[in-house]
Amino acid sequence: MGRWMALEGTEAVAYAMKQIAPDVVAAYPITPQTGIVQTFAQFVADGEVSTEFLQVESEHSALSACVGAAAAGARAMTATSSQGLALMWEILYIAAAMRLPVVMPVVNRALSAPINIHCDHSDSMGARDAGWIQIYSENAQEAYDNTLQAVRIAEHPQVRLPVMVMMDGFITSHAVERVWIEEDDAVRAFVGTYQPACTLLNLERPLTFGALDFYDYYFEHKRHQVEAMRRAKEAILEVAEDFARRFGRRYGLFETYRLEDAEVALVVLSSTAGTARVAVDNLRRLGWRVGLLKPRVYRPFPDHELIEALRHVRAIGVMDRAIAFGAMENGGPLWLDMLAAAYRHGLHIPIANYVFGLGGRDITPSEIEGIFTDLMQIAERGMITRPVTYVGVRGEAPLPTPAEWALWLPEATIAGD
Amino acid sequence: MAATPLNLKVLSEKRTPLSGGHRLCAGCAEAIIVKQVLLAIDDPVVVINGTGCLEVSTTIFPYTAWRVPWIHVAFENTAAVAAGVEAAYRALIRRRAIPEDRRVVFVAFAGDGGTYDIGLQALSGALERGHKFLYVCLDNEGYMNTGIQRSSATPRGAWTTTTPVGAVMPGKPQWRKDLTGIIAAHRIPYVAQAAPSHWKDLMSKVRKAVAADGPAFLNVLADCNRGWRHDPALTLEVTRMAVETCYWPLFEVENGVWRLSYRPRRKLPITEYLKLQGRFAHLFQPEYQNLVAEIQAEVDRRWEELLRRCGEHV
Ligand SMILES: Cc1ncc(C[n+]2csc(CCOP(=O)(O)OP(=O)(O)O)c2C)c(N)n1
Ligand code: SF4
Ligand SMILES: [Mg+2]
Repeated sequence: MGRWMALEGTEAVAYAMKQIAPDVVAAYPITPQTGIVQTFAQFVADGEVSTEFLQVESEHSALSACVGAAAAGARAMTATSSQGLALMWEILYIAAAMRLPVVMPVVNRALSAPINIHCDHSDSMGARDAGWIQIYSENAQEAYDNTLQAVRIAEHPQVRLPVMVMMDGFITSHAVERVWIEEDDAVRAFVGTYQPACTLLNLERPLTFGALDFYDYYFEHKRHQVEAMRRAKEAILEVAEDFARRFGRRYGLFETYRLEDAEVALVVLSSTAGTARVAVDNLRRLGWRVGLLKPRVYRPFPDHELIEALRHVRAIGVMDRAIAFGAMENGGPLWLDMLAAAYRHGLHIPIANYVFGLGGRDITPSEIEGIFTDLMQIAERGMITRPVTYVGVRGEAPLPTPAEWALWLPEATIAGD
Repeated sequence: MAATPLNLKVLSEKRTPLSGGHRLCAGCAEAIIVKQVLLAIDDPVVVINGTGCLEVSTTIFPYTAWRVPWIHVAFENTAAVAAGVEAAYRALIRRRAIPEDRRVVFVAFAGDGGTYDIGLQALSGALERGHKFLYVCLDNEGYMNTGIQRSSATPRGAWTTTTPVGAVMPGKPQWRKDLTGIIAAHRIPYVAQAAPSHWKDLMSKVRKAVAADGPAFLNVLADCNRGWRHDPALTLEVTRMAVETCYWPLFEVENGVWRLSYRPRRKLPITEYLKLQGRFAHLFQPEYQNLVAEIQAEVDRRWEELLRRCGEHV
């Protein structure tokens, strides 16, 4: 049997790492990820885990060492945030293209400048096309569970790609939560041992890793990466199924809340989904048919499944904790993907973008109620006047409040529950 | 098992870990050095290679010139990758995924650009952490793979494509960085400077490096006839002259003890080295006489400093 523990998000992930007991961990501290490195260092110091723990001199070297270790046939992990992830950028692409199953918890933090230690998703969103699988976690429990599953997904013979597991900086990383920690043996049985397809340390069969690769083969290798990413979706579900069978907690590509009969839906990642659930409940009490969808897997992007889950609604709001500067309407990356997915799968309804919480700015249930109110208006009119709203920013026109909108709602829809 | 004797007849019968057919330029010292280094090691080796001439010329997919396991990841992280590979080896032995008695020697090769400049941080970190590997810097005094640009190893007065000779510029204005000294300051068990012209000296140093209890570093002068501008047939002659003029002294620092491993019978003037190479041709024009004198003075100063460190008479 497992047990309940009171853990911060970073501690929960460090605990998962201890139970996974990777052969090699190479990491460098950065707020708000530091708790992972420190907690893991204590596990190593106490002899609770026998990992080769490399306290490297930079994140660039951390990931480089993981690439070397993984190529040598070891299970390798690192963890980072923000500037650290940015410094790794060059090696992110290499880890993915060399098909090395490195697992990396990322504690989301805003990117400089201005320097800021608090949560937004500009760090991991900037890495969305690097070839890594990206899984977002709402709370410490999910961060723990996703970290365990990430190992299996990354090493899945049909996949062999690195995986990032995100949690929100401070909000999740530094809050103490009740986390159900599984038994060591059960975790060990779940993650199994790494079976590399080929390794650098196989002296009988000397291989060349990372060769120069020009126009005559490079493209085919990239195409193989596409196939791996395509197959990842199924592997993620397969691993989730096994996880549920063993541990009882069920994961999919995304999670929905009161979405079945919703007229308008909000799509949001990570911890903000928790806040949004409160807003949904508040508005449902007023009789508003609002619902929520929280993507778990962002890469590979489950476009078809997402759109099918949302096909019945009249308007969608996508909340982004990052800006894709210079992209359409200077909106957020999740919104851009959702728009493309809707077009691709023939869903022609208004989809508005709400950029929020940059640099750790708080987002409240009442602000999210404002977003829902805006969406109700959009659904009613069947069109969008403001495609991207920067929520809670000085100088930005405010969102309507539920009270204002209730004044004009047709009688029938106000009936409470 | 007795070590293979360092004699040419025996060595020539060993299978070279780097096969022929690679695309390094004719006369490139990098291939010579790689063979010398790897032939000196009897245990199985795994090679970690940074981006540069050696990497691009030996592995154009789907071909490879390497008969031993080899990995390249990027330019500035050779030491970090080597650290990861070495850590993996220790971890896999511990969990018995590979046999305990499997001895493997990890050898990293990177250019001066990848070592003196962009990769210095990763190297310094790996040395400080004490990973057991041999790092060989193939020092051809420039970024040759990208077309002969300056590095901090490029000597003062040398022409490169980014330190061109012009009306107001006599080639590279700065002195070269003393990397071997910087590495020695890390107090790792073994640091040495070598040259392929003195192959036995180089190979003996490799043997010591591999036997050392911890990280070892070898800085090897790697003549690049394309960048240094001379006949490809002269590679070893130019290299020998670098040693005979005391421009590139051969020495080692073993557990903190400095030792000169070769002392020229008669120290030749630096012009004997400079005049063999097109990259220094402009220095022989009258207006650069002073610069040549300065270069000689700097060579003398560094040589005497080394002699003192090695306890030799000056
Ligand atoms: C981060 C990064 N910056 C620049 C380059 C371009 N680049 C490739 S090799 C090289 C120079 C290599 O010089 P050196 O390490 O001395 O090796 P050499 O080719 O001279 O043997 C440069 C600048 C790169 N590959 N990666
Ligand atoms: S350019 Fe110089 S270093 Fe590069 S392969 Fe040719 S001779 Fe060797
Ligand atoms: Mg060079």
